[in-house]
Amino acid sequence: MTTTREEILKRIRSAKGASSPEQAASAYAGIERGYQSSASLARKEILHLFEDRLHDYDANVYHAGASGVGEVVAGILSGRGVHRVLVPDGLPSEWQQGAEFVVDRGFSSAELDGFASVMTTATLGIAETGTIVLQTAPGQGRRAVTLVPDYHLCILPAGRVVETVVEAMRLLESTKNIPTTFFSGPSATADIEMTRIKGVHGPRFVDIVLVGEE
Amino acid sequence: MSRIPLDPRTAPPFQAAAKALLGDAQLRKNVRHATDVIQNKRRKLVEEKQDWQLLRESARQIRAHALQHLDVYLDEFERNFTRAGGTVHWARDAAEAQRIVVGLVKESGSSEVIKIKSMTTEEVQLNNALEAAGIHAYETDLAELIIQLGEDQPSHIVVPALHKNRAQIREIFRRTMNLPDLGDKPADLADAARRFLREKFLRVKTAVSGANFLIAETGGICIVESEGNGRMCLTLPDTLISVVGIEKVIPRWQDLEPLIQLLPRSATGERMNPYNSLWSGVHPGDGPRAMHVVLLDNGRTNVLADSEGRETLQCIRCAACQNACPVYRQTGGHAYGSVYAGPIGAILTPQLMHMEHSQTLPYASSLCGACYEVCPVKINIPEVLIHLRNKVVEQNGWYTPESLAMKAVAAAFRSERRFRAAQRLGRIAESPLVKSEKQKFSIVGQKQTGNTGWIGWLPGLLGGWTDTRDLQAMPEETFRDWWEKRGKA
Repeated sequence: MTTTREEILKRIRSAKGASSPEQAASAYAGIERGYQSSASLARKEILHLFEDRLHDYDANVYHAGASGVGEVVAGILSGRGVHRVLVPDGLPSEWQQGAEFVVDRGFSSAELDGFASVMTTATLGIAETGTIVLQTAPGQGRRAVTLVPDYHLCILPAGRVVETVVEAMRLLESTKNIPTTFFSGPSATADIEMTRIKGVHGPRFVDIVLVGEE
Repeated sequence: MSRIPLDPRTAPPFQAAAKALLGDAQLRKNVRHATDVIQNKRRKLVEEKQDWQLLRESARQIRAHALQHLDVYLDEFERNFTRAGGTVHWARDAAEAQRIVVGLVKESGSSEVIKIKSMTTEEVQLNNALEAAGIHAYETDLAELIIQLGEDQPSHIVVPALHKNRAQIREIFRRTMNLPDLGDKPADLADAARRFLREKFLRVKTAVSGANFLIAETGGICIVESEGNGRMCLTLPDTLISVVGIEKVIPRWQDLEPLIQLLPRSATGERMNPYNSLWSGVHPGDGPRAMHVVLLDNGRTNVLADSEGRETLQCIRCAACQNACPVYRQTGGHAYGSVYAGPIGAILTPQLMHMEHSQTLPYASSLCGACYEVCPVKINIPEVLIHLRNKVVEQNGWYTPESLAMKAVAAAFRSERRFRAAQRLGRIAESPLVKSEKQKFSIVGQKQTGNTGWIGWLPGLLGGWTDTRDLQAMPEETFRDWWEKRGKA
């Protein structure tokens, strides 16, 4: 008896002829990639663009020098009236100032729901789209911690901001098996009369701290 | 909360369904408004990308290449996804996909599932199959929730509830969520949905999704969305089941470079989707403990076999063609009788149905080319439409009234004597039907020229032509007659 798998593969092969990994590889090499792949702006302009795009998506942007992150964090948290913050393992302790910080110990979904705020760092920022890339890594945690709380404070060293999506994808190439989440601003929907509504299921409020430039 | 799904096998012909929908002024207004907004945003953000045409060309080549070597890449995806701790299943058709998913949900020990908006699960009518097996499915995309609670049908690939306005949505939520005092601001409605769904996200242990791309090289899955409901479904439950068309596979991680740039700008006029999730298999301590992908054929290999129709499978479901289509913008999605509405639906649905159903869809187009112009992967939809019209004619054979009429016309055209006789007869036959120039134009106040009139109504089968347009009456004197008279003078 042939399995469904064999039957579908047979249908595919009879539809367009069988192919081999070698044939696929040699044809693949011929695919044109003429699109923009590297930065076209100066460093300063890239950071400005990133900030503009983040504002477009209703995220707030703050700045801090390499040694002053904790102070800036404390200021933001007190301004928002936040007293208790969830953090993943591996987040620099000197950043954790101005509130009670609770390290994620693999909390259940219901326990995560008990946290209104989370603070993490991120792998990358993409200026042209105002996007931040999170991965399952120290300081960033598992995917659920940046999803369930309503407020996300993200600390990103400015040196990790690139201009184009393509640059970002190439930097991520070496860690492409790790769960990776791109986010651009807070959760949003435009399903009701195309009016953009900030925040539906993910964090409704996002603040970014850009840490010192080289 | 079950509803009657859009089913190409039982749907009325497009022209009949469209005629009924054209009478719904509210629906047309809602559809027009939504597509206008998306198109304007899209235009602005596409103009921003200097390399847009290069991105399109690259994406077209990637998608065509993946289809040309589909057997190789599916095999590679299966190997890598399995190695990463996932399980791959294969489904020949809708019934088999339903059986597999129902079985997996039961195995997971759950009698409820949360769902990310997914066209493939709509296509195989999964919710009804789950319901029949005693499993309740909750749609978690706001628009899909509106559709589900309103016992409605999706009208658009990306924004399924764009045919409903806020007042209509408020009524649905008030009734089904028992919120008599609900306001009608979009933010009130979104907030109600947030509260309604949060409890489900935290409680339900099994999720069902589709996928935007499968990455062969990593055994990876890519899901893009905006609300975060997708992240909830694929992150919090213990079991995740993704139903994915076999055409969704791409060879390498690198191929996402153009695709994730083209998709958001084309779909909703965003520079990037608010959320893109990318991962491969199971990751200890992060996300579901069991992960299944159901690779769905359901007619796709049939499309692949037709070298002229094959490019249909390049589609990345952005719906830019829907928003740009003058026909869709008048009727909305329900007239297409398929979850895939608009130009892409007009070519995809009949092919998935082995050209046995939805035969009127290839005619649901003005062939204006707007769909081709906006398609991020350059599917030549007008050309495929014409190709499919040919197939429909071939399949219907030579004994339809239309082909008999064409035969009669051909016979008349082959002989000068018969042609002239037909012209004389035609002038006599049409005379009672011709409106005068004055009748036709006095309303719009156009300049009256010549003395020939228009025909607005033809009897019997010919009425199909004049249902949607006027026909110019025959000239009182033909060119031949005039030429001969001139020679004699």
